[in-house]
Amino acid sequence: MKALRKLFDNIKPLVEEGGKFHAFRSFVDGFETFAFVPNQTSRQGCVNIHDAIDSKRIMSFVVISLLPALFFGMYNVGYQNYAAAGTLADSTFWDLFIFGFLAVLPKILVSYIVGLGIEFVVAQWKNEEIQEGFLVSGILIPMIIPVNTPLWALALAVAFSVIIAKEIFGGTGMNIFNPALITRAFLFFSYPSVMTGDDNVWVAQESIFGFGNNLPDTFSAATPLGEASVGNAIPCETICNAITGLIPGSIGETSVIAIALGALLLLFTGVASWKTMLSVFVGGGLMGWLLEGVGGNQLEWWHHFVLGGFAFGAVFMATDPVTSARTECGKYFYGFLIGVVAVMVRVLNPGYPEGMMLAILLMNLFAPLIDYFVVQRNITMRAKRAIKK
Amino acid sequence: MSKLIKLRKGLDVNLKGKAALETVSVKCPGEYALVPDDFTGMKPKVVVNEGDTVLAGDALFVDKKHPEVKFVSPVSGTVTLVERGDRRKLLSVRVKSDGKQQSREFDVKGDIKAVLMESGMFAFFRQRPYDVVANPEDKPKAIFVSAFNSMPLSQDFSYVVKGQEEEFKAGIKALSAIAKVNLGINVAQSKTFLNDVPNCEVTVFDGPAPAGNVGVQINHVDPINKGEVVWTIGAEEVIFVGRLMKTGRVDLTRTIAVAGSEVKKPAYATIKVGQKLDTLLQGQISDESSLRIINGNVMTGIKTSKDGYLAAHATEVNVIPEGDHADEFMGWIMPRFNTFSTHRSYLSWLFGKKKEYVFDARVKGGERHMIMSGEYDKVFPMDIFAGYLIKAIITGDIDRQEALGIYEVAPEDFAIAEFVDSSKLELQRIVREGLDILRKENA
Repeated sequence: MKALRKLFDNIKPLVEEGGKFHAFRSFVDGFETFAFVPNQTSRQGCVNIHDAIDSKRIMSFVVISLLPALFFGMYNVGYQNYAAAGTLADSTFWDLFIFGFLAVLPKILVSYIVGLGIEFVVAQWKNEEIQEGFLVSGILIPMIIPVNTPLWALALAVAFSVIIAKEIFGGTGMNIFNPALITRAFLFFSYPSVMTGDDNVWVAQESIFGFGNNLPDTFSAATPLGEASVGNAIPCETICNAITGLIPGSIGETSVIAIALGALLLLFTGVASWKTMLSVFVGGGLMGWLLEGVGGNQLEWWHHFVLGGFAFGAVFMATDPVTSARTECGKYFYGFLIGVVAVMVRVLNPGYPEGMMLAILLMNLFAPLIDYFVVQRNITMRAKRAIKK
Repeated sequence: MSKLIKLRKGLDVNLKGKAALETVSVKCPGEYALVPDDFTGMKPKVVVNEGDTVLAGDALFVDKKHPEVKFVSPVSGTVTLVERGDRRKLLSVRVKSDGKQQSREFDVKGDIKAVLMESGMFAFFRQRPYDVVANPEDKPKAIFVSAFNSMPLSQDFSYVVKGQEEEFKAGIKALSAIAKVNLGINVAQSKTFLNDVPNCEVTVFDGPAPAGNVGVQINHVDPINKGEVVWTIGAEEVIFVGRLMKTGRVDLTRTIAVAGSEVKKPAYATIKVGQKLDTLLQGQISDESSLRIINGNVMTGIKTSKDGYLAAHATEVNVIPEGDHADEFMGWIMPRFNTFSTHRSYLSWLFGKKKEYVFDARVKGGERHMIMSGEYDKVFPMDIFAGYLIKAIITGDIDRQEALGIYEVAPEDFAIAEFVDSSKLELQRIVREGLDILRKENA
């Protein structure tokens, strides 16, 4: 530890203004604050003591809460591949997991390298510290895309979302839309064939380093939600698998159990608002119940919770503090409407089997409006009080 | 029975080094200083020269705009230095005590406001909006006094007022001649004489910090609307007024809490406004380690040194470690058992409210944009959207600041919010600057 401290102390002068390697200031600074809590003390005229919480710790805990879903996602990638090839019986747990790990790892790396790379450049350019927001986005992105998404498309989408959805607004805390969902939306609309197109995107099709199986080109597997959207009934067994997570789908979104573990941590630490999370389920459940049986819809109201990205979106995306409603009262409306719109898109729009992404992005846009009404009530109250006197 | 107001929002932080309820006497050192910066929003004009002899109660400087508002010497002696900084800004006026403590005699029979201005007591009034020295031309709708300070390591006024009950009552009586007086007390104090102080309306507040902030109390008792003015004055300063009323002399002696984890024997001390701190801290703090000496409360006070002088409004001096060489490893994931946080990602919630924590002055994180929502509101017991108000101040949107209630707040009301803020924004500084700009615009 002391050696590390010394190393940073030695490097620091080189990256300061006028130093030889000034271009790497944000990079070194990022790693230093990662290794050591900054020793900077509070300034004159400010509070002299501080709570130990900072955005690094908050973001780290969000990442930790995502890990169960991520690890299960890796296992499921392997499971789907071996199941499709019919060799499930001959394989061990580690075969499945390692194959999934190898299939998912490049996506995580691409997401972080592209996204954090842009963050470092922007921080250097604006002479600011690295903002931790992308630590979360960077892990969310690989979890909400199909396993067969090409890496070049992913890199392009990450770059687009970090620059257009986040940095031009001023960085973490200033963005209107959730950057991870913008990445997905970008892929969804720009490269529909690699996202949902021919139903052959959900299961990894090629073996990696001897793990996994090569599936024939003609192989295809639809997600249960895709099946439901064309009016097929969902068998009971599939619903059970959807709860454990052994269905085709985006990498991290399939297992309700793994997501619930993450949700518990988020709610316990207070990083995510229970108001938002609960309201999404209430809104989705209510709309699902109202639309039961409408237009050949075969889903019961609670099926919406376990299929597709509903649970994942409700727990990890809707509760993003920056893009959700910021007033406590507004969070109820914000979450409720996300649930309503998501199920509405699923059931009533034959074009899109999944509506969660679009519902959250739409409500990201309306969150400031919801807050406006809540804050306006306070403003009106104050104005009235002044007149009454 | 007085009205009881329960406050849910807020936060009590349990710091190590609370002052024991005993008073130690402090030697009177030679030099005193009156610092104009302690009286926010006032432009000083010096009325003495170096070498002049003054009595306690003689003006050292006055407000340029209202020369009748005087800022007086706490002791009798000789003016040794009129200290000026950049652009001849007045930093302090220093007086060397002659040790006799002779005081000017005031005739307290006349117009009470004029007496207070002449004797330097008026300088202790602050006004809302803007949290600056009160303007004598205003007609305040009320005067608010908070008899308790809820911040950690703060002075316990119930202890301080012991033996000075009559002075306190006399002070309140004098204030009531100017405007209606509202006194805020806490639950423990409601069983003492404070509950029955005549000439004022008493309200009992029950809740965590910042319930003792006079701004919070105003918001719940009689909120300020645009165009209205409320004056506030510290509880101990009411005793100053009372002493003046009883004896006709100026006596700015305070009983302050000397507290904090780095104070060897935290206790109370009698000391005069403007007194040099080195005598107070002699033998009380170690000389080697890097310390932060705070003129005032750990939440709201300003950093000073051993050579500093007791600030005009300070009711305590807190000493904590500076912590600038802490080098804590990987704070984002370590359990950090001895670190306090309101956040559940730390384990402080496990140890209960009784555990005392040592805090150093580190910010413990980098400054970010506002990321988490609702953090401020949890510890901001007023019907004001703190986060939105801060944003309006940052963006300089004056209409919106007014609409969101900036006239009701002072920087100190944001102290706890600044403490818990995970984005580490300097809320008190932001609010102070916002109020200054607003005052200029409205002038």
